[in-house]
Amino acid sequence: MTRNMICIGCPMGCELTVEVENGRAVSVTGNTCGIGRKYAEAEVSAPTRMVTTTIMSDSGVPVPVKTRTAVPKEKIFDVVSAVKSSVIRLPARIGDTAVENAAGTGIDVIVTKDVG
Amino acid sequence: MTDKRHEYDIAVIGAGVTGCAAARELSRYELSVIVLDRESDVCEGTSKANSAIIHAGFDAEPGTLKARLNVRGNSMMTELSRDLDIPFIRCGAMVACTDEADLPKLDELLERGRKNGVPGLRILSSEEAHTKEPALADDVCGALYAETSGIVCPFGMTLAFAENALANGVEFSLSNEVKSVTRMQDGRFVISAEKGDITAKCVINCAGIYADKIHDMVCEPSFTINARRGEYMLLDRSAGGIVSSTIFQLPTKMGKGILVTPTVHGNLLLGPTAEDIGDREDTATTRGGLDTVRRISALSVKNIPYNQVITSFSGLRATGSTGDFIIREDEKVKGFIDAAGIESPGLTSAPAIAEYIRDIVAGIMPLREKADFIPTRKGITLLAMLPDEERAELIKQNPAYGRIICRCSSVSEGEIADSIGRPLGATTLDGVKRRTGAGMGRCQGGFCSPKVMAMLAEKLGISIAEVKKNG
Amino acid sequence: MAEHISLAVIGGGPAGMAAAIAAYDSGVTDVTVFERDDELGGILNQCIHNGFGLHSFKEELTGPEYAGRYAGQVKKRGIRCETGSMVLSVSPDKRITVVSKEKGLRVIETDAVILAMGCRERPRGALNIPGMRPQGIYTAGTAQKLVNCEGVLPGKEVVILGSGDIGLIMARRMTLEGAHVKLVAELMPYSGGLKRNIVQCLDDYGIPLKLSHTVVDIRGKRRLEGVVIAEVDGTGTPIPGTEEYYECDTLLLSCGLIPENELSISAGITINGATNGPAVDETLATSIPGIFACGNVLHVHDLVDFVSEEAGRAGRNAAKYIADKGARVNEPHIVKLIAGNGVRYTVPGMIDTANTGEDIHLRFRARNVYKGCTIKVSAGDNTIVSKKKRITVPSEMEDIILKPETLGGIDGDITVEIEEGSV
Repeated sequence: MTRNMICIGCPMGCELTVEVENGRAVSVTGNTCGIGRKYAEAEVSAPTRMVTTTIMSDSGVPVPVKTRTAVPKEKIFDVVSAVKSSVIRLPARIGDTAVENAAGTGIDVIVTKDVG
Repeated sequence: MTDKRHEYDIAVIGAGVTGCAAARELSRYELSVIVLDRESDVCEGTSKANSAIIHAGFDAEPGTLKARLNVRGNSMMTELSRDLDIPFIRCGAMVACTDEADLPKLDELLERGRKNGVPGLRILSSEEAHTKEPALADDVCGALYAETSGIVCPFGMTLAFAENALANGVEFSLSNEVKSVTRMQDGRFVISAEKGDITAKCVINCAGIYADKIHDMVCEPSFTINARRGEYMLLDRSAGGIVSSTIFQLPTKMGKGILVTPTVHGNLLLGPTAEDIGDREDTATTRGGLDTVRRISALSVKNIPYNQVITSFSGLRATGSTGDFIIREDEKVKGFIDAAGIESPGLTSAPAIAEYIRDIVAGIMPLREKADFIPTRKGITLLAMLPDEERAELIKQNPAYGRIICRCSSVSEGEIADSIGRPLGATTLDGVKRRTGAGMGRCQGGFCSPKVMAMLAEKLGISIAEVKKNG
Repeated sequence: MAEHISLAVIGGGPAGMAAAIAAYDSGVTDVTVFERDDELGGILNQCIHNGFGLHSFKEELTGPEYAGRYAGQVKKRGIRCETGSMVLSVSPDKRITVVSKEKGLRVIETDAVILAMGCRERPRGALNIPGMRPQGIYTAGTAQKLVNCEGVLPGKEVVILGSGDIGLIMARRMTLEGAHVKLVAELMPYSGGLKRNIVQCLDDYGIPLKLSHTVVDIRGKRRLEGVVIAEVDGTGTPIPGTEEYYECDTLLLSCGLIPENELSISAGITINGATNGPAVDETLATSIPGIFACGNVLHVHDLVDFVSEEAGRAGRNAAKYIADKGARVNEPHIVKLIAGNGVRYTVPGMIDTANTGEDIHLRFRARNVYKGCTIKVSAGDNTIVSKKKRITVPSEMEDIILKPETLGGIDGDITVEIEEGSV
């Protein structure tokens, strides 16, 4: 299988062509440097993303949150749903856990702003 | 209808400047008056989107109502602006001529103005004109100067009439579109509107671009209204000082020209175009229209900083088929008074139209002056207009005046709270904007609208998501 | 007698906080930060996404976290902050007029002022987009404030005009909140945002980006009903026949940021026409002695890390100005910096080569996309520094360091230019 993607390693934005076999990159072309290869390999095998959103507080003010580390890309919407179905009690402090083990990812969602 | 609460002497249809001025004039007398409008605020139609000029009166054909009421209306403005706290500046106007061959037309205009009874008109040489207005285009070879011409806040003027009318007992029924008007056997009218029926002995039709539709509900058709669209561009206050008076262009075979004027808020206004359109709701701006405004305005004033445009808008003129204002009691349907075809100089004429309507009403029912008529009204105190000492004093009295919500126009929480809380107060973002100037500056509400929305939501008891821009 | 403070910092966003901290650490403890909002942090408070702080903290923080780090440092030092305070004017003799609920209206005399008021978004009117004026048209930043700070989703079916970073971030944000983002249209043939944002905010969610397209009509009387998008030619003029109608209830505009310099202008400070910010020298001093500028009020940045670094320099230089009572050690020798081929502007725009202290961060933006190019800083035939770049793009600010020792003996103007090479 062939996948095309744009490298985000630098503003060059190299257009990469990646040959994928069994979920692994077997060849990367179109890259200008090593960053492109690494990026492509990660994107193909296990793409992950940080998720940032807001959680509603008991006072009606939204509180910004993020996943402690990046979660599998396909779990983004599940994580957001998990956050949206929860309510946090104020006061909230940076680093507080807002949702534990969000959507079964094993990764917590934590508060990113002192509120209340 | 037996419910007394729904019976009135006078029903005014339309809460634009004409309807509100008429209501205010009639509120001097022992009458029960109601004003109906389909929109949620006053001044939502033609009255809000126009050149905001108090014309001197040299333009209209001598002998017409337009000529007579314009000159009378203009002469009333000094006192009215003082009594009703209307933002008004008698800044003067120039009609600029850019073609030597057209210079005799300036004399014709001057002569017409004199026939209309316009004081303070004179012809300026090219040099005199440029001395007065250094930004005039080099091509300007002469001008007619009208010292009585002025600029006004059209919304402030309409709101002033409305608030003073309200204070004198007039009822306002907004978001209440009139569906039908019928005349009963006893000569009274039944007005069926969205929120129910009312009866009135006399109906005054001030319905702007829909005046013919309202007329035809109960009278035989005798005129039509055509929506003539005009597009405008508004520039930031940083460009407002480029001219100190209103600059008209001498009408040529190419058209009536585009005016360049300061506004009472200190901005620079350019426009309007003139385009007859079928759709009475189509207040869109167009690429072509805005290009025209840009191109033609540059003929009379040089170096207009077009990159300082903060917004553009369109207004619809309610152009009547007779060419003049149509202000009369219907010949057959007695008690039904039209105030239709109120296009330019309608804003200027509004107070005079109100008197004219009062005289018609006097022929229908006896008018007894109220002993307790309140002739004055105080608008929202706008702190940015005040010297620092006065401002400091007001903040001491009301700390909310110290919290700035709109940074571009320096509008405080106190002023916005006043605009929402006062009678006939704002219920939408646009309502707050027109009353206080919040959101009217260079960022166009980018920063302040979430805060204003929160204030509106709290006051109106709704969620922020339910707060509307308009309507 | 009028109130007096040594240093007034106008704005408590990332620039103002970093400037105040640096000034304090350089010995000016009599400093007050005036912030119009209720809390420090400025626009970072609504930028809840991550990607901040890679340069400053070597980790990826969200906007509020980045702001929190600086706010903590401000607090730790006990630097005075007046929130809910709006500076209404700055006079040429550095008196500021401040208004707040708690303290009313005051005129305060200062020894030095740092301008850190940030920037604003270009509104629809300034873009001259024709059409109706219904509800549902927001600048991307206003929508961001509504979604992230008020918990209000402004609409469900969304079109975004402009591919600036806030627009891209909001495309993802609105999508995560359940809206359907149909399209991002960009007038220019290249994106105005960072590549990383295009990939992670658009591509990840299958949101199409149409370059060389714009909105040519807006429809809907009360609520937005739809927009017409058309392709534009090389001059940005819509091409007839390419119009496409998109039904939507929300249009977000992400079409550029404008430094907020009304205070600077009222003070009489000279403005650089290319940046719309004050013209400054290498100390970030404006044309009025004792008034400094940094952050987005000076020129629009794309990375907050650069803002903090720049603001630190403004803070240190303001402190030096106060300590030296405005005097410079040597007779000033001003050399102008010229934005040459391929360069839109430079900050600073001039250097006092007789009094340079720190390394000079020369920042500029490219006019266009240039691949395989060389950035060259030269005075006449003398190349002061040159740097090869794989690519320069208008959306990413360039930063090149000038060593003070390389500037000795330079008499004429210094030119910054981009020499195109082959890829």
